[in-house]
Amino acid sequence: MGILEVKNVGKRFGGLQALSDVNLSVAENTVHAIIGPNGAGKSTLLNCLVGKLIPDSGSVMFDGQSVLGRAPYEINQMGISRVFQTPEIFGDLTVLENMMIPCFAKRDGAFELNALPAVSQQKDVVDQAMHMLEEMRMADKRHMHAAAMSRGDKRRLEIGMCLSQEPRLLLLDEPTAGMARADTNNTIDLLKQIKQERDITIAIIEHDMHVVFSLAERITVLAQGTPLVEDTPENIKGHPKVREAYLGESA
Amino acid sequence: MLGLDKKDTSLLIIVAILTLLAPFILNPFPAGSAMAQFNAGYPDLMQRFVIFGIFAIGFNILFGLTGYLSFGHAAFLGVGSYSAVWMFKLLSYNVIPAIALSVVVAALFALLIGYVSLRRSGIYFSILTLAFAQMSFALAYSVLSNPKFNLTNGETGLQVYADDPQIFHRDSLPDMPHLFGLSMRSTYKLDIGAWSFDFNVGYYLCAVIMMVMFYLAIRIFRSPFGMMLRAVKSNQQRMNYTGLNPRPYTLAAFVISGMYAGLAGGLMAAMDPLAGAERMQWTASGEVVLMTILGGAGTLIGPVLGAGFIKYFENIFSKINDTILHQWFSFLPDGIEDFMVFIVHPFIGKGWHLTLGILFMLVVIFLPGGLVEGGQRLGNWLRNRGKRSGEAKTKHEPAE
Repeated sequence: MGILEVKNVGKRFGGLQALSDVNLSVAENTVHAIIGPNGAGKSTLLNCLVGKLIPDSGSVMFDGQSVLGRAPYEINQMGISRVFQTPEIFGDLTVLENMMIPCFAKRDGAFELNALPAVSQQKDVVDQAMHMLEEMRMADKRHMHAAAMSRGDKRRLEIGMCLSQEPRLLLLDEPTAGMARADTNNTIDLLKQIKQERDITIAIIEHDMHVVFSLAERITVLAQGTPLVEDTPENIKGHPKVREAYLGESA
Repeated sequence: MLGLDKKDTSLLIIVAILTLLAPFILNPFPAGSAMAQFNAGYPDLMQRFVIFGIFAIGFNILFGLTGYLSFGHAAFLGVGSYSAVWMFKLLSYNVIPAIALSVVVAALFALLIGYVSLRRSGIYFSILTLAFAQMSFALAYSVLSNPKFNLTNGETGLQVYADDPQIFHRDSLPDMPHLFGLSMRSTYKLDIGAWSFDFNVGYYLCAVIMMVMFYLAIRIFRSPFGMMLRAVKSNQQRMNYTGLNPRPYTLAAFVISGMYAGLAGGLMAAMDPLAGAERMQWTASGEVVLMTILGGAGTLIGPVLGAGFIKYFENIFSKINDTILHQWFSFLPDGIEDFMVFIVHPFIGKGWHLTLGILFMLVVIFLPGGLVEGGQRLGNWLRNRGKRSGEAKTKHEPAE
């Protein structure tokens, strides 16, 4: 029984069957990659997991509880954090403030009218945020406006923000899309380090095969809205069906 | 001090000094001199400065922090005024229950309007709040004013009549709003040489309340709650996916700013026990938007500056007439004098809106951060100039 169990999920947009009969099981403490050609339904599936979309049929269970019908913030509070394709951070706020917000969300829940004490007096949150900034090697940038940082830094900040909530499942949506090779490799190293240092399950949607094969322990191949195969990276590489649906294009 | 850092404490102290010494600062010209018309230190106007300051500070908590632009905040101002006058009618002229009720009623009203309006954001939110405010205006102007049920007294405006219950009123108390017997209108006139300064009870009550509200606003700005409101403005998507629900945050900000507006409305009624529907009209809502943007949305002191600026223009520029213009340009030859008066005429008196409009455009185009940004740029420029001349000196020295 995996930490995330997707059963018979289907989603239709008008005349397009984006997902049909998707079954997926992500085992705890693994890195699970979901790959597939453009339009395979990867992003739709991800949106069904985080509450942005509600599937027409099937069930999505996280740690034994259904996530269907819950708002994104409720699902996040259950322990699922999401990293977006283009980094979603609080651009107008400083880097330190960015890091403090998830710490407050972790401590105080979805809403807390904490309107009188100064932020700087919330020592536990400040320390926690500084600690995470140090781990992300960006403590020196803490007073910078987040929007002014480079793309690679924004990505690192976003991952750090998700981690500071101590999620049990980290979802990454093409975390290296549009990145230079060096930044991509840095991100791979960072994710490897994260995985080593804590008990966390990572599900990753990715186009870049280099990233997928450096990180993933299990791979699910999605094509035309249904899972084609699920296996270890070694077996996926040589799988004829996968070649046909995906790698075949470039081979 | 008071849980603020050094910078905020000094800002608060500056504001406190300026408001407490306002009767001096706003009356720099000797009474009776030609420049006396630019004096703004009379009780009526000083009261308006601080009351609209409170209104704008509250509006800024919503607009400046969350970016939700409400076009209906005057509704809360009006509701506050009506509540206060009702307290005068039913209980007594004491301002404390009146102000308390105006804040409570405005909060309930804001909760209702905010709950519905905040389902949408951006322009749709603005339109919803505008619609609510215009509905409130219509209610106050006609619907809630009929012989069977007269809550607002229609276009005459709500006021206190001799046959009103006023159950706590005693003959020894003044027959106008008072604070435990101290009339809001009592004014101490201080004459020093040619100068004359007015110290008015009503003004000082409003000023003290404004300082408290300004202090609370600083606390809110610096609190985790304030940070969440800025997060709402910056990226709601990220907020949702960080386990935070933006809706109650925006609703709380809306209610708090509605309470500020209600307080301002209550104080307006406490200074002059009359509440009219026009206080709720959309132009009044637009005015507070102008004040906040002109002063600097999202800054602490900006809205207060904007409120003072606009109220000064409204009351001082509108009083300049052609006779005064002729006096100013009298040093010029006759033909040119008439020409100058002709050119300036549209911008003064009733045309003060034109001047305000031009100033507003200039500020928005060249100083998007409002008057506060103007001040910062000026400060930076002065500092850099100081530095550069300092650098020039140090460079010069080795050569000697």
